[in-house]
Amino acid sequence: MNASRYQFYRLILTFSAMVVLAGCAATGTATREEIPARHSISEFRDQRFAEVADPWEELNRNVYRFNFYFDKYLFLPVVSSYEFITPTFVQERVSDFYSNLGEVHNLTNSIFQLKASESVMTLGRFVTNSTLGIGGLFDPATSLGLERNDQDFGKTLGYWGMSSGPYMVLPLAGPSSLRDTGGLAVDSAIHYGIYALIDPFAHTGHSFAISSGITTMEAIDARHRQSFRYYESGYPFEYYMVRFIYHEKRKLDIGRPIPLE
Amino acid sequence: MTMYLNTLLIACVVMLPFSTHAADEGYGYPIPGSYEATILGTPGSLIPEFPAKIHTRQLVLEVIKDREKPPIFFYDEGLRCTFAYQKKKAPLIFLIAGSGASDRASKLMTMMKAFYVAGFHVISLPSPSHSNFIISASQSSIPGDLTEDSADLYRVMQAAWNRVAGDVEVSDFHLCGYSMGGSQAAFVAKLDDERHVFNFKKVLMINPPVSLYNSATRIEELLKQIPGGANKQGIFFNKMLSKFSEFYRYGHYVSINDDFLYSIYAEKLFSKEETAGLIGLTYRISLAGMIFSSDVMTNSGYVVPKNRVLSPSDSTFDYFLVSTHLSFLDYFDEYLYPYFLMQRPGLTRQAFIDSMSLRSIEGYLKSSAKFGLMLNENDFILSREELDYLRQLFGVRAKIYPRGGHLGNLEYRENLTYMVDFFK
Repeated sequence: MNASRYQFYRLILTFSAMVVLAGCAATGTATREEIPARHSISEFRDQRFAEVADPWEELNRNVYRFNFYFDKYLFLPVVSSYEFITPTFVQERVSDFYSNLGEVHNLTNSIFQLKASESVMTLGRFVTNSTLGIGGLFDPATSLGLERNDQDFGKTLGYWGMSSGPYMVLPLAGPSSLRDTGGLAVDSAIHYGIYALIDPFAHTGHSFAISSGITTMEAIDARHRQSFRYYESGYPFEYYMVRFIYHEKRKLDIGRPIPLE
Repeated sequence: MTMYLNTLLIACVVMLPFSTHAADEGYGYPIPGSYEATILGTPGSLIPEFPAKIHTRQLVLEVIKDREKPPIFFYDEGLRCTFAYQKKKAPLIFLIAGSGASDRASKLMTMMKAFYVAGFHVISLPSPSHSNFIISASQSSIPGDLTEDSADLYRVMQAAWNRVAGDVEVSDFHLCGYSMGGSQAAFVAKLDDERHVFNFKKVLMINPPVSLYNSATRIEELLKQIPGGANKQGIFFNKMLSKFSEFYRYGHYVSINDDFLYSIYAEKLFSKEETAGLIGLTYRISLAGMIFSSDVMTNSGYVVPKNRVLSPSDSTFDYFLVSTHLSFLDYFDEYLYPYFLMQRPGLTRQAFIDSMSLRSIEGYLKSSAKFGLMLNENDFILSREELDYLRQLFGVRAKIYPRGGHLGNLEYRENLTYMVDFFK
């Protein structure tokens, strides 16, 4: 039943491997003898800055590049066709729908972090938007003053003191860390666990096709909402800027429990 | 997950909810300090509202035929310009970005929208010091010489115009640039008066330096104010970052939003020297991209070992650290000037510095009625003497605002109105 999904992942893996190998091949082309540069790191007596632990940098940079090509040849053309054929009103309803589904992991993780008022607020949002908001198509909760709190299992782990671990660039999903990748797996497992339990499309006999469609649409919507484009800044150290900002942003988002006095 | 392409420290450049304070001298831009204005820019509520989407198209131009690009720049497919077009006959404005900025820089986009909404076609161009330009459009790939950079820009404008000429109707051509782009606009206009491709009707220079060398020196001096001097910028960066993070954490802020950024300003988290240092550091980070790109393109062995071929997966972090520790003066003396000395034997250092100044074309600037100038009295890239010089040179053609720092008030509604009216 999951055959086509596996095929999809295999395709991605093959593509990634090709990019990695192409990267290796390119390193072997230096033919002329190297002459040391006029300036090198050894002459500066200063702290390093904007650095993030990245032992798998070579792999990460290859995945970064893979994401650029994936965007260019598949993802972004699909997203722009989607933007072209659907009216803005429909796009907003789609975004609201998936945002509302996302409240599930916001809620579970608020609970995991024992944040009572935040959990109640998130539950309130989910109930309000699922009912008054017609199954999440609209977001009346925000106008009622219920603010959204984005949570995920990576943040939960961070909240309880786990450090981020090495930086990782994930295929399609982009910047992450070892901890946040684990968190993503847990959130997805909970998501699909709940989904399998309810199995809302069982009676149709096309449960898999429908859920694949929902998952694909979710990815398109997520890319549609994300304005970041790989290498668009043109800045040759963009990889490091993205890495640094991701790392710091997560650290700030997680915060630390403020000790009670 | 949201990703920003500015560092958290530069994130301050986004909108803030200010109340306009007493409009002294009838000018309502609210931030008095030169450094603060430069970092904070224009509060969101004081930027005019523009439609979210306008008719634009990205042009990717092959300006130099069969340009060889090193593998590490595999993503660079040609020079990128952004073109906003009307569906009827209209004047076209070429916009030149400031030092290190791309064709999509946020200030440039705001200007583009202001002009577009007022009925102009607009083509925005990256700065010749932006990597994309160095890789795809600069003949020498060594940016810094006003005359050559402007000649490169002129070629780009022709290539862009050739690409779109069949699709739109244009009545007149105008030219506009800010910061270094402002100085380049003057040189491009002069070139056009010799070659007559566009016959620019009006040219607006916004916050231009008089002398590139002097202004770059003044920016470098900002970094000298940090403890230990310019070469301790790593220590400075890390200290500022932890200050920023702690302020966020203990202030119980929920996101890096307007309120948070406003309180950084209101509570004076950073001292005057630190604010100056942050501007200097931002400049260095941008300059590092230029130095590295140029060095890789020319295989000069300046920060990357000569003959080393970098692959897209090679780490370049040490080059980043090395390049950010080099000042404009290092670049000038060790890289830029030696190159031009080789091109023009006998060229003295002073003569080269003088050639990169508006003074070298002052006769032209004085006599041509097509020019306009926008300045801020407290722009720190100009000395008092240079400000007076510009005031004198441009006379009634100069519009001088009492504050705004360097480009801080560029997106302020009154400034945008002035720009649009200038071309009408």
